[in-house]
Amino acid sequence: MKSSRAYLNRIFEFVIEKAIFLAGILSIVFVFLIFLFLIKEGFSLFRTYSIFSFLFGTKWYPISSPPQFGIVPLLLGSVAVTLGAILIAVPLGIGSAIYIAEIAPRWLREILKATVEFLAAIPSIVLGFIGLVTLAPLVKKLFHLPTGLTALSGSIMLAFMAMPTIVSMMEDAFTAVPKSYREGALALGATRWEMIRRVLLPASASGMLAAIMLGIGRVIGETMAVLMITGNAARIPTGLTQPVRTMTATIAAEMGEAVQGGNHYFALFAIGIVLFIITFLINVTASFLVRSQRK
Amino acid sequence: MVDKAKIKIEIRNLSVFYGSLEVLKGVNLDVEEKEILAVIGPANSGKTSLLRTLNRLNERNEGFRMQGEILLDGRNIYKKYSSDDLRRVMGMIFALPVSLPLSIYDNIAYGPRLHGVKKKSELDPIVRQSLEAAFLWEEVKDRLNLPAMKLSGGQQQRLCIARTLAIEPEVILYDEPCSGLDPVSTTKVEEAMRQLKNQYTQILVTNNTKQAARVSDRTAFFLMGELIEIDRTEKIFTAPRDQRTDDYVTGRFG
Repeated sequence: MKSSRAYLNRIFEFVIEKAIFLAGILSIVFVFLIFLFLIKEGFSLFRTYSIFSFLFGTKWYPISSPPQFGIVPLLLGSVAVTLGAILIAVPLGIGSAIYIAEIAPRWLREILKATVEFLAAIPSIVLGFIGLVTLAPLVKKLFHLPTGLTALSGSIMLAFMAMPTIVSMMEDAFTAVPKSYREGALALGATRWEMIRRVLLPASASGMLAAIMLGIGRVIGETMAVLMITGNAARIPTGLTQPVRTMTATIAAEMGEAVQGGNHYFALFAIGIVLFIITFLINVTASFLVRSQRK
Repeated sequence: MVDKAKIKIEIRNLSVFYGSLEVLKGVNLDVEEKEILAVIGPANSGKTSLLRTLNRLNERNEGFRMQGEILLDGRNIYKKYSSDDLRRVMGMIFALPVSLPLSIYDNIAYGPRLHGVKKKSELDPIVRQSLEAAFLWEEVKDRLNLPAMKLSGGQQQRLCIARTLAIEPEVILYDEPCSGLDPVSTTKVEEAMRQLKNQYTQILVTNNTKQAARVSDRTAFFLMGELIEIDRTEKIFTAPRDQRTDDYVTGRFG
């Protein structure tokens, strides 16, 4: 009786151990499978369409004949929107994080932190919708444009989506700077701002960079809001006040109408590969930076 | 020596609270110009709070309140000085040496640069004199561009002293400066303190009563936030007036 109980226990132990192991490697397996699938579908395009014309082609006309699948306008569309968003979100984010971490009294700090995190919880489609009805008309009026659906509107919208990531990561980076550094600088007669500029910012530089990288990752992968608000014109943008179309928006908008197994369908997957590589590189850089700060 | 020494710092009825906790209770204390005043007492006696109140680092603590006044050269430090001006006059050395993540040279030059000295020709002599005064110059003169973090604990502590000297304070506050150091480094730091005596008023908070006996002119004994006794150091260690002081310095409690 006793030995069979022990035997059961051992089996139970074995099963649990393997189950946890499976759960652990499952995410790796999934990422790998997704990547394989992307590659398989995306590379099918290059059997009949040259990879060079795909990567460097300046025209995205998927349904003309013959179709043209040049992703340069889409890539530049993503870059324009992302750059714009980062230019807005980074200064705001740094200011906000410094205020939360260093200056705000404790009660206000807690409120601000919770609010910033709440901003992250707003579904992007809701933000996109609000942007469509409030921000786009405003941009149109301010810059006297024919339409408010421009890269600029998208950038402003996305800046708000990147803010929570940037602010809470930067705030963590600031809080991780030892109190003794701060007091050491203050004890030498530094004002609070001098302490922040000469000690706090340099000491948390890599954490700040990581926060910015993750913010970029968040922005470049965003789809629904940009689809709604950037105007969706697949042209090479020459300024932020023009309509653009991003890579993500293209996939979302055209997947429904592309014939499965056709070149258009494969081309959308190829865009997916490009996006995947970009976000992968950004994430790797960010986690490298985070690790280098911990040292 | 016989002349009545000039009073540098006057502390009048000083009480300090963190929230509802009273950590200093009605302290009256004069610090004479260019003396080394040792502050001793067991944990929670308020020694560190006294220092942090003197250079206003306490203001950064949540729930800090104080009553009474502190005069530096007759001027109230909470009313007549801005906190950063005050900290320029009252340098502070912490228990754990805080080298900033910069080179040795830049650590020393940090303070002067903050206060507007930018030229290398002006900074070089300041760096050298400060390091010499802190007995560190000989050990680091060939590697001033090395990160300060590479120095040993004792060297870093003397670097911190040099860094404080570089801003030309009038008072130097030491918060248990040798608690993390080996005996040889401790000796060097104490030697530096004795040398600095001609120019600076120094207040030394220490848990090491022997250290107080070795370096200080006068010693103040604190217990539970109260100043129990202050007198010439020889007197405190040989014939204190209060039984509790006697018990503490002879190691019977604390």
